[in-house]
Amino acid sequence: MKDEFAPKIVGFLCNWCTYAAADLAGTSKLKMPPSLAVIRVMCSSRVDPVLVLRAFLRGADGVLVAGCHPGDCHYEKGNYYARRRFALLKSVIETLGLDSERLQLSWIGASEGPRFQQVVTEFTDKIKKLGQNPMQKKTSL
Amino acid sequence: MSKVLKINKSAEESVQELLKFLLKSGKVKGVFTLRKINDNGAVAYSLVTSLDMLKDAVPLFPLMPANGGKLLSRLTLRGSVAEPVVAVVRPCELRAFIELVKRKQGSLENFLFISSTCSGVYPLEISVNGNIDKKLSQYWDATKRNEIVPDTRPTCKSCEHFLPYTADITIALIGKKDIGNKCEIFLNTEKGQKFVDGIDGEFVEGKLESEEVVSMRNKRKDEKKKLFDEIGIEKFGLKGLIETFGKCIGCHGCSKVCPICYCNLCYSDSQTYEHKPFVYEIELKRRGGLRVPPDTVSYQIGRLTHVGISCVGCGLCADVCPANIPISTIFLKVGDSVQKMFDYLPGRDVEEQIPVTTFKTEEFVEVED
Repeated sequence: MKDEFAPKIVGFLCNWCTYAAADLAGTSKLKMPPSLAVIRVMCSSRVDPVLVLRAFLRGADGVLVAGCHPGDCHYEKGNYYARRRFALLKSVIETLGLDSERLQLSWIGASEGPRFQQVVTEFTDKIKKLGQNPMQKKTSL
Repeated sequence: MSKVLKINKSAEESVQELLKFLLKSGKVKGVFTLRKINDNGAVAYSLVTSLDMLKDAVPLFPLMPANGGKLLSRLTLRGSVAEPVVAVVRPCELRAFIELVKRKQGSLENFLFISSTCSGVYPLEISVNGNIDKKLSQYWDATKRNEIVPDTRPTCKSCEHFLPYTADITIALIGKKDIGNKCEIFLNTEKGQKFVDGIDGEFVEGKLESEEVVSMRNKRKDEKKKLFDEIGIEKFGLKGLIETFGKCIGCHGCSKVCPICYCNLCYSDSQTYEHKPFVYEIELKRRGGLRVPPDTVSYQIGRLTHVGISCVGCGLCADVCPANIPISTIFLKVGDSVQKMFDYLPGRDVEEQIPVTTFKTEEFVEVED
């Protein structure tokens, strides 16, 4: 048990939907792996690609950006911008020959506690299969 | 077909003649152009209002001491120029200025733009070593013969966008055998035509997109492929990135000269970018050692995500890099991929929105989980 790889995932959750969903999952006592370190942001569009990148390069095994479903943004269109930025970041990372599998964008509405549980569980499983982020051991980043 | 003004003088003299005409007739009050600073081949952009100072103008000199687009943005950041000014800049500089105007960092108002079909520029190194004058005949010979000019910046040799998109007036240079004694000046806009009205010369019809231009574009495309293959950016991976950016000395010179990197208060130059002691402790516990300063890879990839979408490939970043990192090629490659994603070409049209400032409701579903 002691040696089993426990992924550390940084989660940027939007205040209005996904953070509320995380709360709901908690109060509903839904079980999920304790892998997500949550950073609450006011909107998924607040997440500058550089923030995702920094978490990734500092050694986070996965980075999750999650917000309201398209059309449901508290600020009407923030998540559309977030999606473009995320697509852009993925493209930059892939063009440089890096693996973008460790980055995920998910839409989780405020009432979707069970979906939050599912996303966290599945993403954690995926990262477990990918193993530790190789950036963690590099000394010259 | 567009209107062409033919002048029976060398290209350099013709442009000088044109600038002189514009200034003398009062159609413009100022000229923004490259000017000789001394006899060692040092040139700098200058804003000139007196005819006397215009004598030292070298508008077509194959050097880019700073990106003209960035300079025009600095001139107009706090307000547009009050009176008409003609600016002679290269296509990528004009594109950079358009990108900056889109980002509210300058104003196009009162500018008349003259650009040329561009053979590229030499790295600054050649100029500071005082060797550029020896190169000039080679430069013009290659341009006449419709060949890629040797020893120019790698991004110039592989530049497909050497025809200016938004210039009012374009000087045809590429593949023009007679530029030693004849010059074709394309008047692309009504504004351009209005400004040259009254000048001595012959007016004819012509096509800028000549066979030579098409063939040069293909040559540059091949060169670009070769350049990308050489550096093998897509095969970088973590190892390649660390090897490439491990040489970075952290001067951030690339961002200082980059026309698109306009933020005055850059996050990576700020104190918030510096780690607190406990962060070093955590990192050292895990890694057993750490490069100082850290975060060179994150700085460069961060800049790629911020700037890549608007990168015009002027090549200044690689030019100023003291560690010889091929930054401009990496930016060109990543720029190409992100620009293609949004079918966006930086600086093509001032009305075209920067992709990260707009969206479609149905798109990129493939990046969602």
